[in-house]
Amino acid sequence: MTIEFEAPKPIVQMQVMLKTVAENMMRSTSREMDENEHAIPWDYVEFMHTAMRSMGGGGGLTINDDKPKEGAEKRPPIGYQKLASQIEMLSWGDVGYYLITPGGGLGAAAVAAAGSPEQKAKFLERFNGDKPTYAAMCMTEPGAGSDTSAIRARAVLDEKTNEWVINGEKIFVTGGDKSFTEYEKLGKGFIVVWASIDPSAGRSGMRAFVVEAGTPGVKITKLEHKLGIRASDTASISLVDARVPFENVLGKPTVEKTTTGFKGAMATFDATRPLVAASGIGVARAALEFLKEKLQESGIEIRYRLPRNKLTSIEKDVIDMEIQLRSAWLLTLKAVWMADNKKSNALESSMSKVRAGDVTTKITQKAVEILGPIGYSREFLLEKWFRDAKITDIYEGTGQINRLVVARQILGYTGAELR
Amino acid sequence: MYSFEPNEEQQMLMDAVGKYAANDLRPAAHDAEEGHEFPMRLVSKGWELGLLQASVPEMYGGFGDRSAVTGVLAVEEMAFGDLAGALSVLTPSLFATSVLLAGSEEQKKEYLPKIVEGAWAPYTAALIEYSFDFDPNELKTTAKAQGGGYVLSGEKVFVPFAKDAEALIVYANLDGVTQGFIVKKEAQGLSVSTEREKLMGLNALPMYRVKLENVTASRLGGASGHDFGLILASMHLASAAAALGVARSSFEYAKSYAKEREAFGVKIAQKQAIAFMLAEMATELEAIRLLTWEAAWQLDNGKEEALTSAYLAFTGACDMAMMVTDRGVQIYGGHGYIRENPVELLMRNGRGFPMLLGLAIV
Repeated sequence: MTIEFEAPKPIVQMQVMLKTVAENMMRSTSREMDENEHAIPWDYVEFMHTAMRSMGGGGGLTINDDKPKEGAEKRPPIGYQKLASQIEMLSWGDVGYYLITPGGGLGAAAVAAAGSPEQKAKFLERFNGDKPTYAAMCMTEPGAGSDTSAIRARAVLDEKTNEWVINGEKIFVTGGDKSFTEYEKLGKGFIVVWASIDPSAGRSGMRAFVVEAGTPGVKITKLEHKLGIRASDTASISLVDARVPFENVLGKPTVEKTTTGFKGAMATFDATRPLVAASGIGVARAALEFLKEKLQESGIEIRYRLPRNKLTSIEKDVIDMEIQLRSAWLLTLKAVWMADNKKSNALESSMSKVRAGDVTTKITQKAVEILGPIGYSREFLLEKWFRDAKITDIYEGTGQINRLVVARQILGYTGAELR
Repeated sequence: MYSFEPNEEQQMLMDAVGKYAANDLRPAAHDAEEGHEFPMRLVSKGWELGLLQASVPEMYGGFGDRSAVTGVLAVEEMAFGDLAGALSVLTPSLFATSVLLAGSEEQKKEYLPKIVEGAWAPYTAALIEYSFDFDPNELKTTAKAQGGGYVLSGEKVFVPFAKDAEALIVYANLDGVTQGFIVKKEAQGLSVSTEREKLMGLNALPMYRVKLENVTASRLGGASGHDFGLILASMHLASAAAALGVARSSFEYAKSYAKEREAFGVKIAQKQAIAFMLAEMATELEAIRLLTWEAAWQLDNGKEEALTSAYLAFTGACDMAMMVTDRGVQIYGGHGYIRENPVELLMRNGRGFPMLLGLAIV
């Protein structure tokens, strides 16, 4: 091992290409999509699907580490690093768009993490089909947010038909509409619903179920109107006696006195938290670059290397923003590098999320403040990025939940010792 | 590639320095600060770890090559033990590393072997000036060309071990550009204050004021001089690394204390108010550590952006050190304010980094 900060060539090449996509397909229509919430930018959806298929990245934005060519020097895996870099660049373009990049998203991630080989084959194949296809994760409920153990949804096995009967109400399902509603231009997707098979067993009774698009008894009851990331649909989904085949349960269908089922879900978060961090960092970078550009137009150059006491207030702010942004990105890179190298990264992955949640909100808020009326005007995208950025500190575990995870890790405490 | 783990050699060095810091420097820190003196026995022991020696090539008496990455790793470990102790051990580097980075062949041959082959000896450097807007790129100490050589005039503060120094590098303004000059002990017009500096922290490090009145000196790098940017970046990095060590020390003390101290029937670490502070301290430390590593790596690999990155790492580290060491005291509560406990000294030292640039170099 060694300490090294050279971006791998495959990542650099991919970034050049994605930057073009970001500039030409995202930024150009960012404002329009922000003002027409719930509209679907089909051009982007179809382009990305075709592009990802042609690159052999079946399943959308997933871990896709090209094998080095034969005879080429062996190199360590970089799949997660590549994915984080992709997400950062797409979110630099428009985080709402990034979130609707076709593919399995969190739903497929749950299948990949907790499914059997048969389940993976059955459910994950579709993302590489002719049409763009989505999957979503349904975890949150009106009464259960960060405290996922409070989930009330129930799944009961009907032994006569060998089907699970699911009842419950899910909210804040990212991509829920595109995953469940059967659009002509989309392939058939699915949602992964978390429900208890034994409420008396607490967390160990929790299971995830694959619910196919169009399943009777399942309804999209609402699409949320949000502060930002408006191109991404956020659905409320109700399940009333929804029936799914027995084999759609992820993990063991019986309850044992362990929390392994739940730990499976949490392990998914270890993998995805740095990716959310990467997304927020992309938004913050867009804001910081815009700020510097506007300052430059007004003849202000940041005088790096001057001692702080000689800097203007604006220069100090910009320099602090650069420190925050770069260090958050390095934390994120380290977390995904650890994942690539099969090192346990629960601590680093939550740290990256804590830091990214903090800095993306601070940077976008400060950038709007510094640019005054220009920052606040809808003529430019900065005000949108301010709104988009806030979600970074909320979804995939709020900043507070992630502080709790970090604290438990560094103190060596269990959930019971540090609540 | 990206990679975030020290290599085997670096890890061995970190282990050795870490052991010295934990077993020798840490236990000595309190008494050294109160007694205004760091035991020279421990300084010699630290010198024998060979940090400087390992960064000087064989042809000049050392046994390795300089690496900023290895440097920041080692400095963090050492500063974890005690800042005054670490800076004492590293003082000869202020002279030697600058000569290595910027000196002429002749200067390297004259000074490096005798510094690295011998026992710890007081070779030092003078950069800081007594002004709120002190700027290493706009020094008030001046250098003028005079008959083939240079003469220096001005006043420097916070110069470690200046009283006994065999020779020191004085940084001065030569036609608007900062350059280093070698000044010998016996130079005419050089005077060192008899009294030591009295500062908020770092009282175990003997520092002096140095006055220069038309002092004859030789320019680092000879007539063509050198690029001060490289030296400044190496100072930025060393300060950032030292800040990491000091902050990590405070964090570790606070963490252990919070796991022992009870209130309301639980350990205070079990309270989110305390646990969240610790989580943020740990996150901040790791964030700035990676920033420092990256800048050091850029410097080692001749990247254009290295100088700006080092500045940013230093600036971030100054804030981080204050934030973390302040919380160290806060977590100890009233006990943190008592000088018997270690965190108040760490807070005093933690405040110093913006004004102590130039007391270490990697």
